[in-house]
This record gives sequence, structure tokens and C-alpha cells, in this order.
Amino acid sequence: MADMINVKINGIAVSVPKGTTVLEAAHQAGVDIPTFCYMKEINEIGACRICMVEINEGRGFRMVASCVYPLNFDNSEVRTNSPKVLDSRKKTLELILSTHDKKCLSCVRSGNCELQSLCNEMGIEDENAYAGEKPEYEIDNSAVHMYRDNNKCILCRRCTAVCSKWQGIGVIGANERGFKTNIGSAFEMGLGSTSCVSCGQCIAVCPVGALSEKDFTNQVFAAIADETKTVIVQTAPAVRAALGEEFGYEIGTNVEGKMAAALRRLGFDKVFDTDWAADLTIMEEATEFVDRFTNGGVLPLITSCSPGWVKYCEHYFPNMTENLSSCKSPHQMQGAVIKTYLAEKMGLDPKNIVVVSIMPCTAKKFECQRDNEAAAGVPDVDYVLTTRELARMIKRAGLKFTALPDEDFDNPLGLSSGAGDIFGVTGGVMEAALRTAYCWLSGKNEEVVEFHEGRGTDGIKRSTVNINGTEIKVAVASGLANAKELLTRVQNGEEKVDFIEIMGCPGGCVNGGGQPQQPASVRLFTDLRSERAKALYSEDAAKTLRLSHLNKDVQALYDEYLEKPGSHKAHELLHTTYVKRTIN
Amino acid sequence: MPATQSVQPRVTSTFVPTREYGVLGKNIFGTGFDFDIDLRLGAGAFVCGEETALMTSIEGNRGEPRPRPPFPAEKGLFQKPTILNNVETYANIPQIILNGAEWFAGMGTEKSKGTKVFALGGKIKHTGLVEVPMGTTLRTVIEEIGGGIPNGKKFKAAQTGGPSGGCISPENYDVPIDYDNLIAIGSMMGSGGLIVMDEDNCMVDIAKFFLEFTVDESCGKCTPCRIGTKRMYEMLDKITKGQATLEDLDKLEELCYYIKANSLCGLGQTAPNPVLSTLKNFRNEYEAHVIDKKCPAGVCKDLLMFSISFDKCVGCGLCAKNCPVGAISQGTEIAPGKKKAAYVIDTTKCVKCGACMDNCRLKAITKG
Repeated sequence: MADMINVKINGIAVSVPKGTTVLEAAHQAGVDIPTFCYMKEINEIGACRICMVEINEGRGFRMVASCVYPLNFDNSEVRTNSPKVLDSRKKTLELILSTHDKKCLSCVRSGNCELQSLCNEMGIEDENAYAGEKPEYEIDNSAVHMYRDNNKCILCRRCTAVCSKWQGIGVIGANERGFKTNIGSAFEMGLGSTSCVSCGQCIAVCPVGALSEKDFTNQVFAAIADETKTVIVQTAPAVRAALGEEFGYEIGTNVEGKMAAALRRLGFDKVFDTDWAADLTIMEEATEFVDRFTNGGVLPLITSCSPGWVKYCEHYFPNMTENLSSCKSPHQMQGAVIKTYLAEKMGLDPKNIVVVSIMPCTAKKFECQRDNEAAAGVPDVDYVLTTRELARMIKRAGLKFTALPDEDFDNPLGLSSGAGDIFGVTGGVMEAALRTAYCWLSGKNEEVVEFHEGRGTDGIKRSTVNINGTEIKVAVASGLANAKELLTRVQNGEEKVDFIEIMGCPGGCVNGGGQPQQPASVRLFTDLRSERAKALYSEDAAKTLRLSHLNKDVQALYDEYLEKPGSHKAHELLHTTYVKRTIN
Repeated sequence: MPATQSVQPRVTSTFVPTREYGVLGKNIFGTGFDFDIDLRLGAGAFVCGEETALMTSIEGNRGEPRPRPPFPAEKGLFQKPTILNNVETYANIPQIILNGAEWFAGMGTEKSKGTKVFALGGKIKHTGLVEVPMGTTLRTVIEEIGGGIPNGKKFKAAQTGGPSGGCISPENYDVPIDYDNLIAIGSMMGSGGLIVMDEDNCMVDIAKFFLEFTVDESCGKCTPCRIGTKRMYEMLDKITKGQATLEDLDKLEELCYYIKANSLCGLGQTAPNPVLSTLKNFRNEYEAHVIDKKCPAGVCKDLLMFSISFDKCVGCGLCAKNCPVGAISQGTEIAPGKKKAAYVIDTTKCVKCGACMDNCRLKAITKG
């Protein structure tokens, strides 16, 4: 056990392992210290100086950055809320405000802004206390999925840290220096010209309104109001695991029933579940895998559900695009089925159907505009909204979310297995596929086998699965830096794998770039990934239908329309193509 | 070690013979010990003189400091234990090896041993690099070595330590200069710069000059330095323009202490020194700018008013000829005993360049 030392935080005695940061020790003592820049192991840069505290290690009190300052001496005394500390914190905020646009009333983050709430807590009286020259920046609108408004940026650099360290991409960084420092891409390129993969992790960690997805809520409200349109909504598995956070629910609360009720009250004509298409994806992808595995096709087969990952593969591993499953991602499959099979069933012209996908993801905004994602000659999906945008719609429409009844999805595209539910978490797609593969290969068509090796938040997970004497090497990676590590080894022949699941965001879709933003005070001490994942695993465990191939509505689609998994028609509707891109 | 381009060839040229002699490289003198030197060029950022920023820069990243601890001796360059020293320190080593530690320690003061090189500049007859034993007084350096202040002007202040140092007032003219004494009198050794100022220097203007440099050279990583120094500069600018109030002075001082205590690295922590030391030693000059709207040294242009003495002017017109903006014209009234009418300055046109004053042979033009 590590050496323990005794320290006092605001007079409260705590015993902590030597080397514990002041911030962590204070948390243990029940004292919160605000932070902007700090992200454990990701952004330990001590730059924003909002977490400054006074410490006395025997030579008098002095100011240190609590987020990165280790406690190494017994009897150290820390003051986190002395007049000097509070005054410094206030000045830091006042200085930040002097370069901030302060347009709170029209800011997407108003009410959920870490700068705004800290200003309130610190009792800022004059937001112009240090008014002076203010840099003016043009808004970068060039990316498909998001914009950057540096007039709101506080230069905490969380976005650059997650881009380079979690995702291994690094298309954003600091430009200029000193007072002119600003975050952007190299050579002032717009983000849209870079090899940004649209994962949106930068948005998810931004403490203020500098980064946000491109909002399509108004277009969706307009489509709903248009009587000539049939507006059909579908929701990804991870959305129900996080939407509640926007309405005061504990992290990890599954709000599937209230979400379905809210969508119906917003006026969507049909409320479907993308989990249904997750089951459909398993049918296609498992078939593709068995075909490649038994007929000497390109291996490893790599999942293609995550459009951030797909774009990453196209930019950074272009010679591995043949390894990508040709399956469209589940919501695109669902859109394709809605505009073909369902349109025929309902007697609708696909041109008059508007498909809206509610996703935990910003890359899906990019994905729905890709080539070969239009089975009926019109885009499979018309609008992709993030979980955050859905929350905005619910609030704007005045729906009392917490008071809504629990309702079910509509059918036929609303029924899903537990295997489809866990698509939203790292390892989930692999587990769903292996459950079905086990049944097919073992002949035990209804036996549910859980694959726990793929669960958990580890960045890379590996396993060898033995099904009826056939050994299949599988691997699961989430977060693109982990994907890069795994694929580099595979590419160099250092590792042999048959089937790989990759999700672009660390922890999978539950931690997607379109999910509700949690402030540093929550992020630092709560693992969002595992808490939200629990919601999906418990939904799966509670279901009697836990195998994708037993989903009767999916079976009906094949019986009535597609013939069988991997058929010519299934390929036309449910599969896509990829391109090779360069690194910019 | 980092280097500027000009010294690179000279330094690298010593590596080749050194390797040939076996002093550098693999298996030095057959001891099995490997040691080599690689020279890296910096891009010239001031902040890269800060040790952690220097290492970050050598690692190929933007030259920005990082928090300590961990200190370089534990985790430095590429996360390996690292020692960093100034060129001057390394330059002392051969002499210490040749002459012995006692010889070196025989010079200087009790806590600051050896010698110190100063870059002597400003209002001084002989500028340049001078090496003196630690503990030498300002008076000796300025008057004996530097040859004193030109034109018989009076010593007003000396700024040591580069842009992050402080201004030393005449009362400390005879304090022995070493590390501890400089800090005690509100300055620092820093880069070894020593700039001499005379009565024609405005101390507010000097503080503003140094702040302009630190604002320019701030890396932009931490909030207090990135925004705070800019705001300090703006406040100083306001003072030099006669637009500041006494409350602004207090606000400036508060901001100085905040930036010192809260900045990430030495650049920010010392950036307020020129302001704090001048506020302490020359507060009356600040107050003259703020209360009387005057610059006592006659430097801050916005507070200057040029005027021609009606009694002294003989109407030669040299001032008008040299005025670049045509602000001077001949009046109509002729003073008693003069043949021509005196000239007058249109203050709305005057740009306060001082050309008229420099060209008046009769010293009939004054500023104030």
C-alpha cells in the first residue's frame, strides 16, 4: 500500500496516499474545487488557474494549482476558500469574461455552462471588470456536423486533449500565441478541410458554448408541422441511457418509456427503435462474417456501426477499408427499410417520408449525407439529431418530461432484442454478434450465451471464442487512439484477429459526442461510460428476447421482402461502400 | 541544449575534434561510459528560456511551460531526469575545473559565489558585456566600468534582470549586487541585463515598455498571463495618456499581485515586476500622470504641450520649417525689441514630435 500522509483541507483532516493531488484530497474531504482545463490523465496542464488554492508545506502559504499539485508532505495545510483564493478565482473569471462574448441569452449552453455557473457561484458582480481589447473570431462553420465559435472559447484545451489523446487524431490545437492564442486547425484551415472524423468528443467535453453540433431542431419542427410529410423517428440505444440527465435524472437512468412518450407528443407519426435495426445489422454482419471466415474472405472483419470510426479508417487506415463490414450502420438500415419495405406496406411515397434519427453521435450527421446511403433513391435518413437536440426539442415544446407516462415504441420497427440494446456500449456489437453466431454454429438456436470478455471500459479487449471447436479470435476497441494501437499491430502482423468491433468514442455510443454534456465536477469523479452502460446491460438482462435472430419483426422482413440475410436485395438496401481519404 | 542560429556553427564545430579525442561519444576514455551532445535550434521564443517550456519545445511541441512538480530532475525531457542550466553556468565550468572551486568561491558574496556577466545598456557611456565579481555595487558598474551617464545627467534608476526584473532606485545605488540582495530590493538577476536610466526617462513609460514585451512573449497557456498582462498593459497605456484615476492605480497593483501569485510559469510570475518596482520606488511619477495629467520626464506624448516663448522667439521661422505637420505659423504681434513677430504652435495640429524644440537655437520652445 502506498505511503499515507495526513493533511488538512480547510481544517478538515484527511489521510491520503502520498502523491494524491490537492483536488482529489479535497474531494475526499467533501470540498469541491472548480476546474476548467483539468481532465485526469488527459489534460493535466494546469493552465486555466481556476483551481488555485493556498498550501502550506511548512514554509508558509502559497498558491498552487490543485488539479496537478501532489501532496507529498505530512501535515500540509490547504485552504480552498480563503479570501485570497476566492479573490484570485474571481479575478481569473473576470479576466476570462473580458475576452468572452458574454452572449448568454442566445447561447446553446446557457443553463449548462461551466463558466456561467461558476460566475454565479463566485458572485461576479461586473462582467466588464477587466474590459479591454477583445479578439474577434469568425465562426468556423466548415464541418458538416459542428461549428466552433472561438468568441466563447476559454482556452481550457479539453477539446484538443481529447482529439489527440483519446482519439489519436489531433486536428485541432493552439494557433498564434499570448493574447491572440486561439484553438483551430493547422494553417487556419476550417475543420471541414481536415481529417476530422466528426466524432464530437470535443463538443462533449467543452465547458462552454464554443463548440456545438449543427442544430436541426427547427427543420424537424417544420417537417412535423408539414402535413404532406410522414415524419418517422428512431432512437439509438444509447440515447435512452443518457437523455434523462437533461431532465435531472441520475446518470445511468434508462428513460426509454418517457422518451417514446415525448417523441409521440412532439408529433412524430411513428416512433421506432434503432435497436430493431441493430438486430437486423447482426443478421447481415454475422452472415458476412461467416461467409468471409469460411470462404477465405478479407479478415479481420471490422464492424461499421460507428461512422466516426469508419471515417477514421478511411483517412488513417485507407488500406483497411476492405476489412470494414459493408453493412450500413443500424439507423441507416432502418431508414432504408422505412423508405422501402415500410413505405410499400403503408402505401407511402418515400419522397414524402422524413426519417429523423436521434443519435448519441455527431458523426451520424456526416454519415447520413454519404454516398450509397439512399436505398429508395432518396436519403435513407433526412435528419440526425443528437441526444442534446432531442432534449432541446422536448424543453421547447413544453413537455414535462418527468411527468410523462412510459410508453412503447411503435411496430413493426420497434421491437428489439437485448442484443440490439447493448449495441450502444463498447463490446455490445461483438457480444450481440457472438450470441447469434453461437446459436447458428452450435445448433442451439435459443440459447443465450453472454460474452463478458467484451464488457467493461478497457480501451482494447481481446478474446478467443470457441464455438463447437471453431476458434474465433475477436477484439474490441473503443476510442480511436485504442483503435489505432490495435490496427497498427494487426497491420504489422503482430496480432491475428478474425473479428474486430470498433467504436469511435471511448466506452462506445453511451459516451458519444452527441450525449448530454456533464460538467468537470461530475466527469472527474464519475465514469460516465460505465454508469450509462449499466442502463443498457440491465435492459438486456430484463428481456426475454435477447437474441437478434429471434426478433420476429426482423424475421418478417426477410420472409416478406429480403428473402434471406446477405441476399442480393439485402445488399442493395442494407450495405454501402467506402472511400479512401487522405490525412489533412 | 537550445541555441540561436548565430552560435550554432561555432558550437558544433567543437564537437568533431572533441569526439576525435574521445571526450565525447561512446566509451569515453575506455571507461564504458557513453556521453554525447546534440545541439537543437530553438525558434527564438522568450518563454523557451523557462525550463519546462524549453523541454516541451525540444520535444517538438509548442513552446509552453508545464506544471512543476514533477521537476525536471525527476521527469524532464521526454519524461527522463534532466538538468538545465544557463550557458553562463556551463561557461564557468571549464574555469572551475582549471582553477579549482576555491578560486571560484573566493570571488563574490557569501551566498552568490563567483562572477556575473551583465549586459550593460541604456543611458551609459560604455555599453556592452561586463563581467564583475558578485557583490559589486551598481555605482561601481555604472560609474567606473560603464563610464557614467552621458551629458551630465543624473542617475534615476537601473533595471536588472531583463523584462521580468525590477527598477532599482538611487537609494540602492551602493547595495552589493547578488541574487539575494536584488530580490530584496524588488528586482532579480534574471538574464543579467542591466539598463541604466536617467532623469529623462519616464518610469511609467519604462514599465509600459517592458510590459509590451511580456504581452508579446506570453505563450498564452495560462489565464493570468495571457489576459492579465494584456490588461496591465492597457492600464499603463491609460495612465500614460492621462486617462487613469487613482482607483485604476490600485486596480493595477492588485492585478500585479494576482498575476504573480497565479501564473503558471516564471514569465507570468515575474511579468509584473517592472510595474510593482516602479510603483514602489517612483509612485510620485504615476501620481503625476494620474492626478496632474503631467509626465514629469516629458516622455509621454499625450501629456506634453509644446509652446513658444513670446519673449524669447526672434521670429526666425526654423521651427515652422522643421515642423512635419505644419502646426507652426507666425503670429502678428511683435514683442518689444524684436524685429519679427513671434511664432505660435497650433496645439490641435501638433503631433509632439519635438522637431521644433530640437531646431530652436534660442531654446525658446518648451514642453511640459
